[in-house]
Amino acid sequence: MIHNKDTLPQQPAPKGSIGPIAWLRGNLFNGPINSLFTLLGLYVLYLLVVPTIQWAFIDADWVGTSREDCSRVGACWVFVNARFSQFIYGLYPSEEYWRANIVFAMFAGIIAWMVIPRLPFKRWMTLFALLVFPVIAYVLLHGGYFDLPRVSTHRWGGLMLTLLLATVGMVGALPIGIVLALGRRSTMPIVRTFCVIFIEFWRGVPLITILFMASVMLPLFLPSEMNVDRLIRALIGLTLFQSAYMAEVIRGGLQAIPKGQDEAAAALGMTYWKRMGLIVMPQALKMMIPGIVNTFISLFKDTTLVMIIGLFDLLGIVQAALSDSRWLGFSIEGYVFAAFVFWIFCFSMSRYSQYLERKLNTGHKQ
Amino acid sequence: MFNKKHLALLASAGSLTLASMATAQADTLEDTINNGSVRCGVSDGLPGFSSPDDEGNWQGIDVDVCRAVAAAVLGDAEAVDFISLNAVERFTALQSGEVDVLSRNTTWTTTRDTTLGLNFTGVTFYDGQGFMVARDLGISSADELDGASICIQSGTTTELNLADYFRANDMEFNPIVFDTSEQTVGGYQAGRCDVLTSDTSQLAALRIQLEDPEASMILSDVISKEPLGPVVRQGDDTWFNIVKWSLFAMINAEEYGVTSENAEEMLESEDPNIARLLGQDGNYGEGMNLEADWAYNIISQVGNYAESFDRNVGMGSPLEIERGVNALWNDGGFQYAPPIR
Repeated sequence: MIHNKDTLPQQPAPKGSIGPIAWLRGNLFNGPINSLFTLLGLYVLYLLVVPTIQWAFIDADWVGTSREDCSRVGACWVFVNARFSQFIYGLYPSEEYWRANIVFAMFAGIIAWMVIPRLPFKRWMTLFALLVFPVIAYVLLHGGYFDLPRVSTHRWGGLMLTLLLATVGMVGALPIGIVLALGRRSTMPIVRTFCVIFIEFWRGVPLITILFMASVMLPLFLPSEMNVDRLIRALIGLTLFQSAYMAEVIRGGLQAIPKGQDEAAAALGMTYWKRMGLIVMPQALKMMIPGIVNTFISLFKDTTLVMIIGLFDLLGIVQAALSDSRWLGFSIEGYVFAAFVFWIFCFSMSRYSQYLERKLNTGHKQ
Repeated sequence: MFNKKHLALLASAGSLTLASMATAQADTLEDTINNGSVRCGVSDGLPGFSSPDDEGNWQGIDVDVCRAVAAAVLGDAEAVDFISLNAVERFTALQSGEVDVLSRNTTWTTTRDTTLGLNFTGVTFYDGQGFMVARDLGISSADELDGASICIQSGTTTELNLADYFRANDMEFNPIVFDTSEQTVGGYQAGRCDVLTSDTSQLAALRIQLEDPEASMILSDVISKEPLGPVVRQGDDTWFNIVKWSLFAMINAEEYGVTSENAEEMLESEDPNIARLLGQDGNYGEGMNLEADWAYNIISQVGNYAESFDRNVGMGSPLEIERGVNALWNDGGFQYAPPIR
């Protein structure tokens, strides 16, 4: 009998089964049909990507001040360049940009503080963001106090306005939504009926209709001395509309929490608000993150609808710029720029929500 | 696509009772002076009529009307709050007092003038539906368009006017309908039609978006009437007069050769018309509760009608629209202002 006590020396895996070539073979070229589709896909990609790069980068014009600086073979980024500050600040007077910049910087600072886990005093920061920051932002942007010249709201615009609408909408819609969702599950008939009617009314009407009502009809019902600013009208409409959607997302999360949790808490002698605040909501909110972020992203994009009531959000100001007779015919560049900015914001929100889900994942995932 | 005009009428007519209540409000002139600026409703972007320039200042022939009113009332053409309005909400904004002058390429029609509680003060631009054709087709008049395929934007009165015109002249045409003006100009560019039709002011804006604008020309024939002018609320006649005469002052200034550049020298002019216009001979602003130099302020700060036209839509602008029917009455056009005396 032949005994070989030594194990055979370890050999590297066969060349064909590791590395990029093996990956290609395994995933893209395993069989004639798949190979064919891979080649076809590559060809389609080639047809799409090459002209796009050619248009957007190689043939594009980047520097200049007027349409004459554009060859019109490729993209004319000169247009976006010349209008850049307008796309960011709208028709805000340029000598007052610093005020908007301070607000932007504070806003970014607050977001960063909230998002980076290591930083302390989150609770104080939240209070500051919700109670103090809006006042500072209003005083700075609107002016009229501390010798700051007044800038009326119809000069606000661009990305600044988009962010303002989206932030106010989100910050306003979440608490109202929570209250409505709890109200809809309440056993008190009047509270429940009110919440159901509110939610179903606002959810049953398109956002465009609400904005039109707010901008076209509402002024006619109000006495003429009482002229509510159109931005405020849009903000209220947007917030109430979103809170109805938010309420349903939150109600969905609440229903996913087993009834036993609530009952167990009640058995411990907790009051309604303690049960909701300490037991049900923390579990529910965690599960609702995808739904809430989804609502936020759709709200962020819905803000473009304010264009129809004559507010110049990012998309609106791009369109207004396109109507300048010295810049006619650069609509693609303008829209590509707007789409890019929107994508950056929506994608960041989406990534952050995924991170948050991983961080808060405490055993609900299979 | 819904018809914006109908929706606007519907929204406005529904609110008529309320609107007529809203019109009975305080003195617009006094409010404007207290407020320190004229609240002016403009379009949210229409080439040559109102659009923000690179610095964010509103430019356009509609915008200049409001600047003129501000110059007359407040002595400062920059004292205007521009509020951009879309086609649907424009009348409500004026009725509810959100704006005091509506200068937003609005066509003067019976319905609008008589049923909305509003008044048109004059015509800043005589627009009308026209045709753009390729130069090498050798067409010089709309009568030669029999059998042509015509690019057109759907859901507008343009479509109706076109059908009427061809039927009245016993000609055939083949309509090629698009949804937006960008698609329409794209279709024309791609050669899907021989002719593109729209209002002449729009045609000029569409033409310069073509790859080779020089290869196309706009025919001089116009097949519909679209007089565009500023609008004010009914019931405040002083304000109505101010807006009306602000435009008349600009037209008269052109007629008498007073421009923003020579306005100061013209103060010394011997011509009695000019002396009256510039407030050197009697105070013709008195009836409107304005200072004697109201027209001088307009002309020196905004310019006369020709300057405004040229700078915004005429030969001095990319649109290069000819004066045509918008020339002065003594120059073959319709622009005619009553005398100041």
